[in-house]
Amino acid sequence: MSGNMNLTLKVWRQKNESSKGQFVTYKAGDVSPDMSFLEMLDVVNEGLVKKGDEPIHFDHDCREGICGSCSLHINGRPHGPKHGVATCQLHMRSFEDGQTVVIEPWRASAFPIIKDLATNRSAFERIQRAGGYVSVNTGGVPDANEIAIPKVIADEAFSSATCIGCGACVAACKNASAMLFVSAKVSQLALLPQGQPERYRRVQAMVAQMDEEGFGSCTNTGACEAECPVGISLTNIARMNRDYFTAKLFKEDEV
Amino acid sequence: MSNFAQTFSSSLGKKLIMSLTGLFLCTFLIVHLVGNFQLFKDDNGQAFNSYAYLMTHFTPIKVVSYLLYTSIIVHALYALILTMGNRKARPVGYAVQAGNANSPWTSRNMGILGTILLIFIVIHMGDFWWKYHNAELPYAKYEISLDNPQDIKVSELPWDAKRLIHSDYVDTQAGKEIVVSKDLYKVVAKAFTTPWYVALYVLSMVALSFHLIHGFRSAFQTIGWDHKKYVPLIRFLGVWIFGVLIPLLFAAMPIFFLLKNY
Amino acid sequence: MKLDAKIPEGPLAEKWSKHKFNLKLVNPSNKRKYTVIVVGTGLAGASAAASLAELGYNVKAFCFQDSPRRAHSIAAQGGINAAKNYQNDGDSVYRLFYDTVKGGDYRAREGNVYRLAEVSVNIIDQCVAQGVPFAREYGGLLDNRSFGGSQVSRTFYARGQTGQQLLLGAYSALNRQIHNGKVEMYTRHEMMDVVTVDGKAQGIITRDLVTGKIESHAGHAVLLCTGGYGNVFYLSTNAMGCNVTAAWKAHKRGAYFGNPCFTQIHPTCIPVSGDHQSKLTLMSESLRNDGRVWAPKTIELAQKLRKGEIKVTDLKEEDRDYFLERKYPAFGNLVPRDVASRNAKEAVDAGKGVGASGIAVFLDFADAIKRLGEDAVRAKYGNLFDMYYQITDENPYKQPMRIYPAVHYTMGGLWVDYNLQTTVPGLYCLGEANFSDHGANRLGASALMQGLADGYFVIPYTVGDYLATIGPKAVDTSHPAFAQTKKEVEDRISKLLSLKGTKTINEYHRELGLIMWEYCGMARTEEGLIKAKGLISALREDFWKNAIVSGINEEFNQNLEGAGRVADFLELGELMVDDALNRKESCGGHFRVESQTEEGEALRDDENFAYVAAWEYAGDNQPEVLHKEELVYENVKLTQRSYK
Repeated sequence: MSGNMNLTLKVWRQKNESSKGQFVTYKAGDVSPDMSFLEMLDVVNEGLVKKGDEPIHFDHDCREGICGSCSLHINGRPHGPKHGVATCQLHMRSFEDGQTVVIEPWRASAFPIIKDLATNRSAFERIQRAGGYVSVNTGGVPDANEIAIPKVIADEAFSSATCIGCGACVAACKNASAMLFVSAKVSQLALLPQGQPERYRRVQAMVAQMDEEGFGSCTNTGACEAECPVGISLTNIARMNRDYFTAKLFKEDEV
Repeated sequence: MSNFAQTFSSSLGKKLIMSLTGLFLCTFLIVHLVGNFQLFKDDNGQAFNSYAYLMTHFTPIKVVSYLLYTSIIVHALYALILTMGNRKARPVGYAVQAGNANSPWTSRNMGILGTILLIFIVIHMGDFWWKYHNAELPYAKYEISLDNPQDIKVSELPWDAKRLIHSDYVDTQAGKEIVVSKDLYKVVAKAFTTPWYVALYVLSMVALSFHLIHGFRSAFQTIGWDHKKYVPLIRFLGVWIFGVLIPLLFAAMPIFFLLKNY
Repeated sequence: MKLDAKIPEGPLAEKWSKHKFNLKLVNPSNKRKYTVIVVGTGLAGASAAASLAELGYNVKAFCFQDSPRRAHSIAAQGGINAAKNYQNDGDSVYRLFYDTVKGGDYRAREGNVYRLAEVSVNIIDQCVAQGVPFAREYGGLLDNRSFGGSQVSRTFYARGQTGQQLLLGAYSALNRQIHNGKVEMYTRHEMMDVVTVDGKAQGIITRDLVTGKIESHAGHAVLLCTGGYGNVFYLSTNAMGCNVTAAWKAHKRGAYFGNPCFTQIHPTCIPVSGDHQSKLTLMSESLRNDGRVWAPKTIELAQKLRKGEIKVTDLKEEDRDYFLERKYPAFGNLVPRDVASRNAKEAVDAGKGVGASGIAVFLDFADAIKRLGEDAVRAKYGNLFDMYYQITDENPYKQPMRIYPAVHYTMGGLWVDYNLQTTVPGLYCLGEANFSDHGANRLGASALMQGLADGYFVIPYTVGDYLATIGPKAVDTSHPAFAQTKKEVEDRISKLLSLKGTKTINEYHRELGLIMWEYCGMARTEEGLIKAKGLISALREDFWKNAIVSGINEEFNQNLEGAGRVADFLELGELMVDDALNRKESCGGHFRVESQTEEGEALRDDENFAYVAAWEYAGDNQPEVLHKEELVYENVKLTQRSYK
């Protein structure tokens, strides 16, 4: 097909967490502009496997922008040059023929590299486990329409809840801070009536875990918001800060 | 660890300290600026020298000023601590990072801007604050006509260790108010006629501008003061008042003296 | 073995409550002496693991993703049905039950479906209590929409990502139990086999996907919540990692496979753009509420369009064939998924397909934009239009979308009884992985409902009965069956790694997918199916000779993971074909060309095929044995579906 592109890829290759990595250059030929970025890598990998080389490892799953698995830092930006999409929804038409594309893993001490471009994001898991829930058991809950929730509040909580947990916020932040991720979950439950009983406990527990994981601190650059594929807003961070200081300075809940 | 110690050693707590000290320093800037307007007065520094005396010898203000020095030190120290922590959070950096694509330059360079400002503050205080307190400066004697306060006669008195830094009395017979002041104004005027010194000041004020364009708004975000209705106001204040107007007026002072002497 | 579905006696509406009473309970102080293994942590798995841990059981949960939050339940867009009747429009448990049985083309169990409808209302309550942000009205109460051609508004939704929000709810409940120490969570672990001791499931063998370590885990019961097998078609709306491995291994250990040929093809997906395509993207069914489906009237026009000699906007009204509106005047564009899909295929097969590949039809919003205005259309479908634009680089506000059906869901799965237990005692199967509730066709917004019903409200009762029966005797991995199964797993991995041929795993997968799609896809013929059987069997043989699997076991090796999964698909594919061959009728998503009405519609054969086909594995390269579970309809009258 005419209009296909040839690209030079500089890909970070690293055997495992403890080994030293380096960039390896590959040629990606005959790339269709309709391919997704990951499909382009699939094709490169097919070539590598056929040559008896190890394919490039990267996390991916749903390939429709919702599971949050994919996580590539492309030409200096998490999820690449296009705004508001995850790497799996980035298409090759966002690149130019002959371009050099540098592909790196998320870089953060809290996200150790597993192999090549795949990182271990279990720090996010531990933060969620520390308090990202409403403590209700199955059964014995009131009717769903028992509590009326103003639509604006419900919509705001929904917007916070859309976070896909990909970690682009950490990757984009010059400090590798996880504030946007943590604040999105804290906010969702802080906004809803269901989250109120544990509101001030939750924020303390989740922030404490976040600090323990070794993420950097927030300097309000806004890079996280700009690179978030689902547009989680900085307002969440302000809300979390507010709740955290309220909890620490004025509430008696302790964790 | 007590609850408070724990709070202020958390990443958010450290940021709160940055925010509060930063905002305190912002309020000081306004006071400092208003005071320094005295420099523009055409009175050979009489008002300015009186102001300098007030600022350094009125107890409540002295208390506040020590709070201020502490704030500067704490602000810088915590910035350093946070920066080191942030470096540790990303031990291996990116080969390519397109920072401009997602964040303003100022927000990413607060450390550099802050360092420039810290150096500036040290120079600034060394040249004026230190000299005013410790150096053997000459005195200015102002004879102000009681009938016409615009009529001020000024003369220089040499350094005298026994002399008060500032004295003010009314000579009813002569119909004059006599003010004798350690002449900080002269020091300022002299410094501000040195081009490289003026350049340093202007450059520092540019750094201040950039530092505040990000810092002012950021401080509110850190405290959690985020409200749809008020954020535009905070942004406006941060950019136009603290980011542009205040540094511009500060920079205008050395430029004013430089031009006056040419 | 005679299949016993264990459907409780008595009137439909009382079956579940009576059954719950008859189930044995585990003494509260004994619960902590039991360990339950949960494989897969999507909606069904996460909700089951959390609920069981809340009851006091110890749970070991496994998923191959790096987080339970990434299970493919997350991608469900539309919504979740519940018979709340909040809209006062005549909905009821019975109506939801009836619609589901009818929608499934009368190939689902009445008892199961009624229970599903019954607990559907509890699911919504549970999710709201967890903080799931469902859409609301200005008054603050929950909003509903009508979905999938249903005549009542019973679908609860969270914009276009109900699946993600429900999964995050279940995930949060699971996280709470992990935090409490009641659930031990193993991420990036793939189940490689089930271990049976004395005919009962007593553990699993897993592979740590990062280190390659093969581990044994023992438990009193094993719950498979491992999703559907749509990826057997290579291209589907499933996630790349979706696989049949867990279910297939269980099948080989004695669990019967129910109705494997029942797959759902969703009509509104973005068409394939080239050979590089790795997956297909679904666009919500709701688009058909305002979009009109059409193809060019003649082959000549279609050819000109494909070559780019004319533009779609040049085609006059009389050159367009709105085939759904023409053939089904009563339902028009809102016919059920299977009917819409099949008609799109017919148009393409007749040479009237559009797009560069010729494998697509149009979904046109020009009329809706004219009628409602572009802004109103944007408000309703904005995110879908954006997604389409992003993927295809064509602006759907200016020209019609191109759509084509794609594999979306598998109604078939491991056969389970009313207690969700497979034919292996102690081995349970929940959610899409089992065959139970959707018959031959699943209605929109019912998959989420079933996954959560199984996990939150069915399994906590039914597994307790089994555990009480076997008693709290400690189980561990010391039984020789563990070592034996582990060795078999290791041998298979070694065998895979020894493959150093010429064809990649992906190539085999793609080839299998093409065979399945061509012969066991939207329309199936005896001749085609027989051919497919031969092709699959030859492909499988070739796979074990000529495939290339790179790397070693003791590392993160995605190529090896893929190889294991494709190897299992190559076996499953043949069983699907067998099942499709056996079922000579057309029903739901299964359309046998030989069985159609004069108008070309699916023709069911209730006399001969009102049964669940449950297949028993009989050994390598042996034909599987068919067992029939007759479906008894006491409450619903079987009728031919008609949408004319």
